[in-house]
Amino acid sequence: MAIKRRDLLKLGGLTLIGTAASAAVGGVYTKPQEALKGSRWALAIDVVKCKENRATCGLKCVEVCHSLHNVPSIPDKKKEIKWIWEEKFEHAFPEHEANHYLNEKLHDTPFLLLCNHCDNPPCVRVCPTKATFKREDGIVMMDYHRCIGCRFCMAACPYGARSFNWIDPRPFIAKVNPEYPSRMKGVVEKCTFCYERIAEGKIPACVEACPAKAIVFGDLKNPNDEINKILKERLAVRRKEELTTYPSVFYLIG
Amino acid sequence: MYNAGKVIVFIVVLIVFFTIPMWLNFGRVEAIPQPELPKDKAKCIESKEYMRAYHMKLLDDWRKQAIRENKHVYVAKDGEKYFINLQKTCMKCHNNKEKFCDSCHNFVVTHPDCWSCHIAPEVAEKWQ
Repeated sequence: MAIKRRDLLKLGGLTLIGTAASAAVGGVYTKPQEALKGSRWALAIDVVKCKENRATCGLKCVEVCHSLHNVPSIPDKKKEIKWIWEEKFEHAFPEHEANHYLNEKLHDTPFLLLCNHCDNPPCVRVCPTKATFKREDGIVMMDYHRCIGCRFCMAACPYGARSFNWIDPRPFIAKVNPEYPSRMKGVVEKCTFCYERIAEGKIPACVEACPAKAIVFGDLKNPNDEINKILKERLAVRRKEELTTYPSVFYLIG
Repeated sequence: MYNAGKVIVFIVVLIVFFTIPMWLNFGRVEAIPQPELPKDKAKCIESKEYMRAYHMKLLDDWRKQAIRENKHVYVAKDGEKYFINLQKTCMKCHNNKEKFCDSCHNFVVTHPDCWSCHIAPEVAEKWQ
């Protein structure tokens, strides 16, 4: 039986689509074998150890993180960019300010603050372009390509973990890491839990850099992970628990 | 047609005006960009034709897969694996942005803003 005109047209259409698709399709994508595997990455910062070694450590965690990720050091406080920084207890935990006894005990303890990679991140909820989003391993990621600089996330973040680039950051980067990008004027940036190092099977830079080993990195969802053991044994607090953001950064205060 | 002479002359003038770039560059071969290819490498991650036509789509897919899907390895059509990273993978071979990327992009007057964040090898070298 001769082929119908209708079928011939259908066949022609399919062939066209097929050719176009086969030409445009590239390779496939997979996860690297060496990548660390986890479902909810978290940090436990031992502030007791941190305090003991603070005089000699030279704040290596901040220095290494900022130089690795091309974070500029802008002297103007209103325009400064920070991914991880040191803060006093009463500024890190302002809700405990009225607790005089706790305040007295902890006011000279250094607290290292960074993005909490919340389980319920308010910044992700408000981002209109999905430039910031939560990955399946719990990391609150930044896709700078999509950031339009609206700063909703900065208003939403209760921890002040985000910085906006008011000016071109490049002149303020003294020594550049040629293997990592910088940011540009008009985007918001923050700590990304070293997603690029996790993909290569390495732990975050601040954890590795700490000479006192005061920072522990691990997977909260893995019951055999060291971090779970530490959190069970020690007294751990998170910032602004009452906001139900469920931070992934724990401070071991006792 | 009224004023046929004037109208036709004006049409001719208009056509000449709008095709000036064509006439100015007529027969000039040096205008065609010759991007400098890495000398010690025989092939890119995909075929020359594919890269020429789809490198912008490939790079955008790389961004999506690495940043958004957490898939950092690209398996090329020939089975070879590449770590997704513009600065560490692409620019290791194409180690001069000006001579490779810019030569064509300037010619076709397209200005992708990759380099306002990503650091080109020659920029990094000057920085140190």
